[in-house]
Amino acid sequence: MKKILNDPKDVVSEMVDGLVRAYPQYLTQLPDTTAMVRSDQASMVGKVGLVSGGGSGHEPSHAGFVGKGMLSAAVAGQVFTSPTPDQIYAAIKAVDQGKGVFLIIKNYSGDVMNFDMAKDMAELDDIDVKSVVVDDDIAVEDSLYTQGRRGVAGTVLMHKVLGAAADQGASLDELDRLAHAVLPQIKTIAVALSAATVPEVGKPGFELADDEIEYGVGIHSEPGYRREKIKPSKALVAELLGKLDESGHLDSQHQYAVLVNGMGATPLMEQYVFSHDLLDALAEKGIKPAFMKVGNYMTSIEMAGISLTLFDLTDAKWLDYLNYPVETIAW
Amino acid sequence: MLTTTQTIAWLNNFADKIETNKAYLNDLDTPIGDGDHGSNMVRGLTAVKATLADKSNADLTTVFKATALALISKVGGAAGPLYGTAFLEMAKASKDGVTDLGILLATALAGLKKRGGAATGDKTLVDVWRPVLTAVHADRLTSTVIKTAVERTKPMVAKKGRASYLGDRSIGHLDPGAVSSGYLFTALLETVVQS
Repeated sequence: MKKILNDPKDVVSEMVDGLVRAYPQYLTQLPDTTAMVRSDQASMVGKVGLVSGGGSGHEPSHAGFVGKGMLSAAVAGQVFTSPTPDQIYAAIKAVDQGKGVFLIIKNYSGDVMNFDMAKDMAELDDIDVKSVVVDDDIAVEDSLYTQGRRGVAGTVLMHKVLGAAADQGASLDELDRLAHAVLPQIKTIAVALSAATVPEVGKPGFELADDEIEYGVGIHSEPGYRREKIKPSKALVAELLGKLDESGHLDSQHQYAVLVNGMGATPLMEQYVFSHDLLDALAEKGIKPAFMKVGNYMTSIEMAGISLTLFDLTDAKWLDYLNYPVETIAW
Repeated sequence: MLTTTQTIAWLNNFADKIETNKAYLNDLDTPIGDGDHGSNMVRGLTAVKATLADKSNADLTTVFKATALALISKVGGAAGPLYGTAFLEMAKASKDGVTDLGILLATALAGLKKRGGAATGDKTLVDVWRPVLTAVHADRLTSTVIKTAVERTKPMVAKKGRASYLGDRSIGHLDPGAVSSGYLFTALLETVVQS
């Protein structure tokens, strides 16, 4: 393992400290926690608070999206491990303005349980809390017999839409309705070229041969649906877009937002090549994205690979929310 | 009737067993989870031991609640809220005057199932808690009951947590949470049931 670190045990606390000291205009750390709240307190007055978070290792998620127009707070857990309820609760309490707090959770058993416990704790304090569990990863069957689909890069688009609505004064109930309307319209699928190494573990989460790739991998090295030899970018686009089409039936009459997300070690150069092929493939289907982002938004430490998210904009207002100005580190 | 002294002895014994088996629990968690169940549990039980050090004169509710809060704030992942909920439920029941081990464990199991949504046979810690509880009710808890319950998770297909993404590939592996629960009940057997 070759990483820029001190003691692997300290990686999260040192990362959080570096982040808040580098960007004091955006982030303030709550004492004795790894929760980071928006520094611009005035922008939160009278509005519903938005809290997200999860294990560390997905930077710039989630703290990179804290700021006016987006999240009110982000809670960082240990690497690939959910934050604990006391930390989430501290963040909820810190951002509540009497209008309630909305939680954006990714569908992993640990995250769901820890955020639920924090919600129980906040309700004892008479803070109204509602939440959405994002499960955009179509690589996993949504079935009663598994944990269900995972929450991955599409979560960032959920942050953006809800953040804009909250900034414009949406109530807790309105945000809840919006979140659950948006939820089924966001779909993501990934391909990995190499695995991530959790610092405290010291070895990669899975092994791929030099010329091998895996489709459908999750953001914590969860297994995908197929391995094969590396292919040209065009073929990768065809596979990922094909899966999304199977799941969502792309329609040239619809408006789509697109997120091409780097998993950590894939250069932007390759992401733009992929985007070139993607836009060609979409054009063949008569689709020109109404909104597009390319870059590292939801990473998996140093995993190489790309995820592709399509967001079916079934309500025209959602496009305005995506274009709404924000002041964050990473949007 | 469960006493404070017994409970503290039980939890300290559990902490020692987790500490001794940290690497084994991490290894069990590697093929079907993310390899940190042992490390996470050690972090939590070290905090439990520390908080219980000055609780020998406290009531049962205080002991359970302190244990729950230490686990909830230190373990993380899925194990933290699950074990934390179990002890929080026992704290609530003991506050209502319950000191019967069988009733306390039944309350804890109900909380666990509600928090995690797991049913019997899903290859989780519930698969150890359920048969242990039955044995406690019948006054027949033995190390064989515990071992058998833990071993039975091996051929199961995981339906909850990260292991569920593996589907049939989870067959043949013990569930790490079932194994750590096995230590919890072996500690109970050694400090409470047999004494």
